Formats: sequence, structure tokens, C-alpha cells
Amino acid sequence: MSLLDLFRRRNSAPVARERLQVLLAHERAAGGGSDLVAVLYEEILAVIARHMSVDREKVQVKLDRGSSVSTLEIDIEVPELVVKRVA
Amino acid sequence: MAKVIVVTSGKGGVGKTTSTAALGAALAQLGQSVVVVDFDVGLRNLDLVMGAERRVVFDLINVVQGDAKLAQALIRDKRLENLSLLPASQTRDKDALTAEGVARVVAELREKFDWVLCDSPAGIETGATLAMRHADAAVVVTNPEVSSVRDSDRIIGLLDAKTLRAEKGERMEKHLLLTRYDAARPARGEMLKTEDVLEILSIPLLGIIPESEEVLRSSNVGTPVTLGSPASAAARAYMDAAKRLAGETVAMTVWADRKGLIGKWFGRKVA
Ligand SMILES: Nc1ncnc2c1ncn2[C@@H]1O[C@H](COP(=O)(O)OP(=O)(O)OP(=O)(O)O)[C@@H](O)[C@H]1O
Ligand SMILES: [Mg+2]
Repeated sequence: MSLLDLFRRRNSAPVARERLQVLLAHERAAGGGSDLVAVLYEEILAVIARHMSVDREKVQVKLDRGSSVSTLEIDIEVPELVVKRVA
Repeated sequence: MAKVIVVTSGKGGVGKTTSTAALGAALAQLGQSVVVVDFDVGLRNLDLVMGAERRVVFDLINVVQGDAKLAQALIRDKRLENLSLLPASQTRDKDALTAEGVARVVAELREKFDWVLCDSPAGIETGATLAMRHADAAVVVTNPEVSSVRDSDRIIGLLDAKTLRAEKGERMEKHLLLTRYDAARPARGEMLKTEDVLEILSIPLLGIIPESEEVLRSSNVGTPVTLGSPASAAARAYMDAAKRLAGETVAMTVWADRKGLIGKWFGRKVA
């Protein structure tokens, strides 16, 4: 183990602190109650379902909660679209 | 054939979540497909220990209640593609878990993975009994300390009475995982010896996990110890235990971290 290694190893606490700050900021904002992501997801799906039939099994949802921005990725496999050429 | 394992203890804070993450990662490192499931509804922590806390969208309760598909709630590990996490809900309580819902989810997980590792909440209430309900085998996490041993004994009793296997009159496989073990203390007569614990609980020993700073460091950074510090004593001990769980015969070694050079120079002050 090199000295640098040793130094790095002693410093996991700041990482822990940063992870907790981000996590708790999100959990407190949620107020322990409503599940914003779940609500968003349902509503987005409903909108899309009005225009085409979607297989719920084929919907992938990915979330990354960051300290300043979070990203919500909803990946919906759209059934084959019949493209009609304009005559 | 998938194997469902409950990681349980009765007593709180003995190392269930740490062990679920480390054993799950170790089995995945051995090439198995693994899912770790957090049954500690309302107090989830497995996501943090696995480093996936920012990526939780749906959870066990959503799947149990049919609000989300299993595939949508599973979070695939970023380091090991054959390791997944099914997080617990942080906002609900344990009453949201229904026996039928859990049965359905576990059955579905059995189809997808080789190993289903269930991180039980502490205690002997609904959460703990539902976590063990469908298990084929149990890892009983115990510290070499009187109240932990007593609570493990109670849990062993429940495993032999309240699980589906027990109700069908089948044998419930149980393994003892001794954690937070400090070799110096039993030697000084300050702590129960491994033999004492084994004799009292009389279930086979799966492994001895040393008390280790690496475990704390791993939780801090959100990487199971077998992945983040594979050469550490705790990681080696968990890797050995995972191999035994998978049926390999591995000699029982009490691993200890070697003190580095600086540790030697300054003696105990540094350590
Ligand atoms: N081998 C070890 N060496 C040092 N610290 C450890 C070890 N195992 C666990 N710990 C620490 O002990 C504490 C409790 O561990 P953990 O959360 O895994 O226990 P638990 O049984 O899941 O608790 P709970 O009953 O609350 O769910 C944590 O701070 C963890 O880092
Ligand atoms: Mg726990």
C-alpha cells in the first residue's frame, strides 16, 4: 500500500457526506409522502397510451438524482409505426 | 434452479445489510446472476450500501401492489451486470407488504436469477417473517455477544416454524455467519469464542467476518467490500463464505488485515 493509497483510504468520509447530502435533500423534498417520480411516470404513460398502445413491460425508467440536476429517463418501445408515403 | 436466501438476525445492527451486499456481490463476482432484495420497508439502506441510492425509482412495495413491473424496479449494478438490486420503499411501512404480493414477487425473481438474497429487517415482526417466508436457506448473522446470540436462537426457532419449508415439513437450511469478529477479544476472554457460539446455536458455520475498517469505508463510498477492497480481510472472508454458500468446500480461515508499515512504526496509536 503506497502512502497516497493510505491517504485516499482514510478519506472516504467526505464521499459519504456528499452522498448523504444529495440523498437526504431529495428525501426531505419528497416529504416522506408523495412519490413524484411514480406520479410523473403514470401521467406520461397515460398521455402516450392515448395515441398508441404501449406494452408496460417494455417501458424502462431510469433516474439519477444529482445535487443540482436530476435526470429522469423514460424509454418506451414504440410498436412498429406504419409509415404511409404521401402520394 | 434459483436459490432464495434470507439474511436475518433478530437483533438490529449486527451486519445483515452489509452481509447481503457483500455476499451478493461475491456471488456475482463468481459468475452467478444475483438479485439482492431489501425487505427493510421504511428504513431502506441496502441501496446506500450498494451505491444505488440515486437511481431508485420504484421499489418492492410498488411491485407487490402491482403499480410497477418487476423489470422497472430492478436496478442493475453499474460494476457487475449480473448483479441487481430490488430496493425497499422508504415512504411506506411494513404493513404495505402482503403475503400474496411477496409470494408473487419472489416467484418472479426465481425465474430471473440464480440467487435471490433477501435482506431482512431486525425484529421478529411481519417484515422479518415475510422476508424469511419463501427462503430455501437462511444466513443467520450473529455477533459474538450474548444478546445477539440469544436473538439468533429466537430467529432459528422462527425459521423452523414460520417458513413455507418448515410448514411443509421440509428441512430449512441454516448457516451461521459470525460478523464483527475481533480475534483478540475472545483470546483475552472478553468475547464469546466461535466454538461457544456454534455450540449454543448448533447450526453450521458459513464464515467468520472480522471487524474491519474496510467495511465502514465500503459503506461510505457505496461499494460492497468484495468489489471495492477485494484484498481486505473482510472481503476475503465474505468471498470464502459465498463459495461455501455455493457448495464449495473452503477451509475456514480467520482473515486479519496486516498492519501497514506506518502502523508498525507508530504502533497502536495509528491503528
Ligand atoms: N465486519 C464489520 N466490521 C466493522 N463494521 C461493521 C462490520 N459489519 C457491519 N459493520 C457496521 O455495523 C453497522 C451495522 O451494519 P448493518 O447495517 O449491516 O447491520 P444490520 O444488521 O443490517 O442493521 P439493521 O438491523 O438496522 O438493519 C454499520 O455501521 C456497518 O458499517
Ligand atoms: Mg439492515
